[in-house]
Amino acid sequence: MLYFAQWKVLLILGVCALGVLFSLPNLFTPAQLDWLPSFIPRKQVSLGLDLRGGSYLLLEVDVAAAQTEQLNSTIDNVRDVLRNAKIGYTDLNVQDGAIVFTIRDQDRIDDARTAVSKIDPSLSVDITPSGAGKMQFTAQATEQRRSQAVDQSIEIIRRRIDETGTKEPTIQRQGQNRILVELPGIDNPEHVKALLGKTAKLTFQLVDQSVSVEDARRGRTPVGSEILPSEERAARAGQPPYYLLRKRVIVSGNMLVDAQATFQNNEPVVSFRFDSAGAKRFGDATKENVGKPFAIVLDNRVISAPVIREPILGGSGIISGSFTVQSASDLALLLRAGALPAPITILEERTVGPDLGADSIHAGAFASIVGVVLVVIFMFLFYGLFGLFADIALIFNLCLMLAALSLLGATLTLPGIAGIALTMGMAVDANVLIYERIREEMRSGRTMLSSLEAGFTRAFGTILDSHVTTLVAGILLYWLGSGPVKGFAVTLSIGVLTSLFSAILVTRLQIVGWLRRWKPKEIPL
Amino acid sequence: MIRPLIVIRHVPQIDFMRWHIFGFAFSILLSVVSIGIFAAIGLNLGIDFKGGLLIEAKTQGPADLAAMRAKIDALNLGEASLQNFGAPDEVLIRLPQQSGGDKAQETAITAVKQALGDGVEYRRQEVVGPSVGSELIHAGTLATVLALGAILVYIWFRFEWQFGVGATISTIHDVITTIGLFAIFRLEFNLTTLAAILTIAGYSINDTVVIYDRVREAMRKYRTMPFRDLINLSLNETLSRTILTVSTVALAVLSLLVFGGEVLKGFSIAMLWGIVIGTYSSLFIAAPILYYIQPRRRAAGREAGESEPARPEQRPRSAKG
Repeated sequence: MLYFAQWKVLLILGVCALGVLFSLPNLFTPAQLDWLPSFIPRKQVSLGLDLRGGSYLLLEVDVAAAQTEQLNSTIDNVRDVLRNAKIGYTDLNVQDGAIVFTIRDQDRIDDARTAVSKIDPSLSVDITPSGAGKMQFTAQATEQRRSQAVDQSIEIIRRRIDETGTKEPTIQRQGQNRILVELPGIDNPEHVKALLGKTAKLTFQLVDQSVSVEDARRGRTPVGSEILPSEERAARAGQPPYYLLRKRVIVSGNMLVDAQATFQNNEPVVSFRFDSAGAKRFGDATKENVGKPFAIVLDNRVISAPVIREPILGGSGIISGSFTVQSASDLALLLRAGALPAPITILEERTVGPDLGADSIHAGAFASIVGVVLVVIFMFLFYGLFGLFADIALIFNLCLMLAALSLLGATLTLPGIAGIALTMGMAVDANVLIYERIREEMRSGRTMLSSLEAGFTRAFGTILDSHVTTLVAGILLYWLGSGPVKGFAVTLSIGVLTSLFSAILVTRLQIVGWLRRWKPKEIPL
Repeated sequence: MIRPLIVIRHVPQIDFMRWHIFGFAFSILLSVVSIGIFAAIGLNLGIDFKGGLLIEAKTQGPADLAAMRAKIDALNLGEASLQNFGAPDEVLIRLPQQSGGDKAQETAITAVKQALGDGVEYRRQEVVGPSVGSELIHAGTLATVLALGAILVYIWFRFEWQFGVGATISTIHDVITTIGLFAIFRLEFNLTTLAAILTIAGYSINDTVVIYDRVREAMRKYRTMPFRDLINLSLNETLSRTILTVSTVALAVLSLLVFGGEVLKGFSIAMLWGIVIGTYSSLFIAAPILYYIQPRRRAAGREAGESEPARPEQRPRSAKG
């Protein structure tokens, strides 16, 4: 008991000193930190959104929708291929994530299989002897597309958020199809949510004038054309709020290199510029279709459908529509950042205003301090000098926790603060166990030193058991919890580890020091 | 030399085993009532689990709840619940999940903000979709079950299976009655509550383990003492520790409850109840259960004998319960 190896003493003192040093920055504001000498570390505990204010969004990428869209665009190829091979078919459409069709002539099933198999190697082809055909993405292709869609979405979301000027956003993948976005300092997330919710798929398509929109709406849509709604037309009386468009896309938004909000005739508009390939395609298409209207389509809604007056060869142009200044600059932002490969849904949103965050920090910190003070007084009342030793260990424990949180870059949340307060109450349990044990050993007639020795060694097994059980709960909470609860799990687990160190070693070191310095005749317990 | 001001000098001689039948009866009653109420009316699930919308608003001056409710009801967004939250000028508004997907939730929040007009500060807004809610319930249940399982395995490994069974039963009792408390008093059950329940499970087992450690030690020390007396002795010997620890944790939790703000209230209430019931169950359930499923006494000496060498020293006083 009396013996403490020199290196152990140094190690314990060293850890305590480091704990104090690394927890120190948390007492100062960043401005004050700049004034301090350079040997003091700068790293502070990073605060969760519930404490600093901000917005937490959980998004889901609708991978199935992206796949359906892809199948829809493949359907035309299937139609062309079967027609070219002169194979009769019926009921060609997309159902439950697969292209389905029926081959009329059962003798030609093998021909049909050979023909459609060439379209896309990532599509599996299955045609039953009765002629029912089914094409769907292989598991591998589905998985690859899903993963690509999510990665791409993350990239696009990052660009969109960067464009809004949010500081230190966190954007990360969660699970298979989900993206977690954390935006510190945002207290009105409506705008960001609106920006994230848009797919922003921009296409330029020709208007089909072979049939009137009314006729097409009555079911006579020509093959290769589609009806899309238009808010601009809806605003004008006397016209159906739809356009009939050729499905073939002349140019799409991914060929844009720049988009800016600007003004034309005092109206907000968006100017854009194509890359060279896009410029050429757009130039060719406009050359061939002078005098005809083309439509600018965003997310399957027609923004406007101007008539081509002359070929547009420069590769740049202007989108006009009934924009406001805000909506024009939003559209420009979305076009610059690019289209999402799949629609995105907001599954969860949590926004905390900066005032509530500040209030929570104050309340949490105050509650923790009161808790620590109460525990300190309590320990002193019940254990006197040894209680003071435990109290000193408790303060070091608090420093070590803050230091560990700062160094690990763990996020402190409000439940996390609760975890700290709780750990302070539980940390002294180790001391209580040891001291009670020492008392018992004294009662059973042992000498002072052997009581101390036995108190520490015998209580250790119990302390270890009780800490491990709490640690198990903490780790599981971290593993399965989300957001603020994770923060609680972090402080609880760190607290269990630091209290194991401080309550046993730091207390013991103090007792040994006291024994050597004062050579007491009895234990004040 | 600084001596303690308050000292519990002598070991108490409380006959816990005499009361254990009442403890069992009380606990069974409490558990049955908890399960019954939980089954009948369920929990007051917060939006974490149920999905829906939540807005915390701060008005200028005391909030006129009736007027605000009228404005929100006019929007036809389903049954809105409004309540003061901590202060008279702070209001918590809850709305059920809106049908019509993601856009509908957003529109609903904007509509509420418009209806309440200027002069209202929005401190917090939360939207949780139904799919996330059910996943969180799933993950939470899984976490609780796994935690109990893992701790059981640990105790089984460190002790003998009888101790594992006792600890599990008393911990399940604590979890059930905490859930019952939330069901009976319609306290909001959310993610933080779930964290509290897991912590309670950890604390309760912690408490039980300390007593079990002592029982195991006594089993090695007094091989002939009747099991009933053995349990009483262990409980009495650890009683001062039990009281002191429950007091320090309760002090920490009480200061959270009083000063920690409205958001932590549910957590603090759950914790406070949990440490009380956890301590009770260690004394009146976990320990007496061992009387009915007695661990083998000689084997105990051989098994984990390395960590704590058995000292067959005799105490002066006779072991009377």
